[in-house]
Amino acid sequence: MADQILNKELIKPENLVYKKTKILNDNVMHYCPGCGHGTAHRLIAEVIEEMDIQSDVIGIAPVGCSVLMYNYFNIDMQEASHGRAPAVATGVKRLWPDKTVFTYQGDGDLAAIGTAETIHACNRGENITIFFINNGIYGMTGGQMAPTTLEGMKSSTTPYGRNIAMMGNPLKITELVAQLPGTCYVTRQAVHTPSSVRKTKKAIRKALEYQKKNIGTSFIEVVSNCNSGWKMPPVQANEWMEENMFPFFQLGDIKVPEED
Amino acid sequence: MTEELIIAGFGGQGVLSMGKILCYSGVMQDQEVSWMPSYGPEMRGGTANVTVILSDNRISSPILNAFDSAIILNQQSMDKFEQTVKPGGVLIFDGNGITREPERKDINIYRADAAAEASKMESAKTFNMIMLGAYLKVKPLVKVENVLKGLEKSLPARYHHLLGLNEKALQRGFEIVQEIHIL
Amino acid sequence: MEEYKLMKGNEAIAEAAILAGTDGYFGYPITPQSEVMEYLTMEKPEERTGMVVLQAESEVASINMLYGAAGSGKKVMTSSSSPGISLMQEGISYLAGAELPCLIVNVARGGPGLGTIQPGQADYFQATKGGGHGDYHLIVLAPASVQEMADFVSMAYDLAFKYRNPVMILSDGAIGQMMEKVKFKKQQERMKTQPGWATVGKTPDREPNIITSLDLDPARHERFNIKLQKKYEKIQKEEVLFEEIACDDIDYAFVAYGTSARICQKSIELAREEGIKVGLFRPISLWPFPYKEVGKIADRLKGILSVELSAGQMVEDVRLAVNGKIKVEHYGRMGGMIPTPEEIVLALKKQIIGG
Repeated sequence: MADQILNKELIKPENLVYKKTKILNDNVMHYCPGCGHGTAHRLIAEVIEEMDIQSDVIGIAPVGCSVLMYNYFNIDMQEASHGRAPAVATGVKRLWPDKTVFTYQGDGDLAAIGTAETIHACNRGENITIFFINNGIYGMTGGQMAPTTLEGMKSSTTPYGRNIAMMGNPLKITELVAQLPGTCYVTRQAVHTPSSVRKTKKAIRKALEYQKKNIGTSFIEVVSNCNSGWKMPPVQANEWMEENMFPFFQLGDIKVPEED
Repeated sequence: MTEELIIAGFGGQGVLSMGKILCYSGVMQDQEVSWMPSYGPEMRGGTANVTVILSDNRISSPILNAFDSAIILNQQSMDKFEQTVKPGGVLIFDGNGITREPERKDINIYRADAAAEASKMESAKTFNMIMLGAYLKVKPLVKVENVLKGLEKSLPARYHHLLGLNEKALQRGFEIVQEIHIL
Repeated sequence: MEEYKLMKGNEAIAEAAILAGTDGYFGYPITPQSEVMEYLTMEKPEERTGMVVLQAESEVASINMLYGAAGSGKKVMTSSSSPGISLMQEGISYLAGAELPCLIVNVARGGPGLGTIQPGQADYFQATKGGGHGDYHLIVLAPASVQEMADFVSMAYDLAFKYRNPVMILSDGAIGQMMEKVKFKKQQERMKTQPGWATVGKTPDREPNIITSLDLDPARHERFNIKLQKKYEKIQKEEVLFEEIACDDIDYAFVAYGTSARICQKSIELAREEGIKVGLFRPISLWPFPYKEVGKIADRLKGILSVELSAGQMVEDVRLAVNGKIKVEHYGRMGGMIPTPEEIVLALKKQIIGG
């Protein structure tokens, strides 16, 4: 009883410091506690709301942990087959050049099975935005090696650590797409601390604004953790990410439009 | 009337376009037509052939292995298609490059030295029109005016200045055709 | 007369696509259908109607571009030939699963594998029985002339949007490469509005539109599958297309589609000269297959020869339709070889009349 009175007194507009964006619905997300997907979803949703483009946005979901992301967003979305989101986005954008079209893909989807679609959409300079969540592992299928798995990193298909001689090198696809003339903005960010979250949100806003200017593909990698796949508690996973992922996948802008 | 014709020679001799002009001529006089080429890598400099059918009725098979007439432009085609002419049919060949003359006794055989004429006219490209003229002299299935209309249809506008030359070539073909063996 | 044009089947499909108000074409070159995109790019459809034409990096990309564009409610198509269509199978299954209307053209060649660039009809199983995974069907139309190549484009779109289902035009290299005269319909306007389910941006008056073929709830997904099957039943009931040629007073029939159907017409002429009463039953919709109609014609026949450029695929459906009432045999050539009309008459005599 006392709690309810207290709440009533507290719930006043002047006390409001945070409000969930209307671009996300109330469905409970299926992501593991500590996973970066939820934060990345929220940031994209907040920017859509702030830019007031809900009725202009079409999102393309991948295959991977975020395969069901359309269950959480209050926007029109399409579910692509594995790796083909940039081709699906191309189909939408070519016929709706005034709409804002984005893909949201993991490392397996974007940098392994869908490499061709990623490279060619970026090389054509499709006016779409690609969000690339890189956690160095295949989360949905149970923690197998991804193209971005680090050297020596353990996964369920590299139980003794990734052996470069046997399994090849981790792929820096973000640096690769930055080389292509079709990309206008390529950046690598994270979502594990308040400051990184703020930076990522700014990058998302920039990317969607560049899309409105029709100057080419905008590409944001978010280096994230997979605590369940990495078999670590969330806090430790974030520390491991800082110590091991960031030195290889260095955060920051890789390519910005000339005008900036 | 139904005419089932094979035109065969080297790629680059204008085999396919000769067939196309003939088809367009047929369209101009309200006939049913079909043009079925051999296609694929052999088109690039190798042998090329096209089956052309002109008919007053709905055309059944566009793909045939027996023909009313054959226009033969090289030895390989002679070897391949001489035997496919129906008894009583027509074979017209260009003498240039033919090392073995046709031997059939049950068909009508004509020769037109179109390549030689084309070089006299100083335009290798008139070759197929000379050959077409020779064929139409033997088998007047379409009117010359309709051939010219068909030619205009099948030539891109940038080549329309060549229409006069082609008409001349067609006439030349009428003149040079020789009877070799007539039933 | 003036309105007739002389065109290859591939070119006729391309011209008909522009005239049908197609919004987008996504494709990848492959023999023997490359003329489709070549014609489109030459014609500058972006100026004629605003149609978008894009050469993708692969057939895999093309079919997924098709998915995206179809999912946003546009009238879109792709074309390819057998090996390319194999590459597209995953995407086709997704299109069927997400119930997206679109047109896929297969100008088929001989297989398996890289096979040959010469004509083939050995993609019948793939086209009609579901080349991709899952319980789905495409509506499959088989043109037998350049005119039908043109006419079937707008017909395919009508069916695709009527049933929210991908439609395939299954042609072959011979019809794609051959020229005949063709008359086109008038320019149709491109669609001004999109269907309510399309993803075009969520407006406040409705819930988000989701294009997906995924449902992890087995009970709900079974209900969806049942719904799909009901749709297919309706299509089977209402959209069967076929043609009977010279079928009055016959003892035997050829059943054939596409190029084979054309050759069989010549075989009929030859057989009738010998006094053999044979006609042609030509399925136009390969799926739905005209089971009832083939069954009905079998009642007054002594035998059927199914002719196809394959080892014998459609013959299975013909036998299902005939249900043992009379003799049904297959005759075909493979590897890009095409039977002559005489050969088919001989096969009829050997396998059906004498056999």
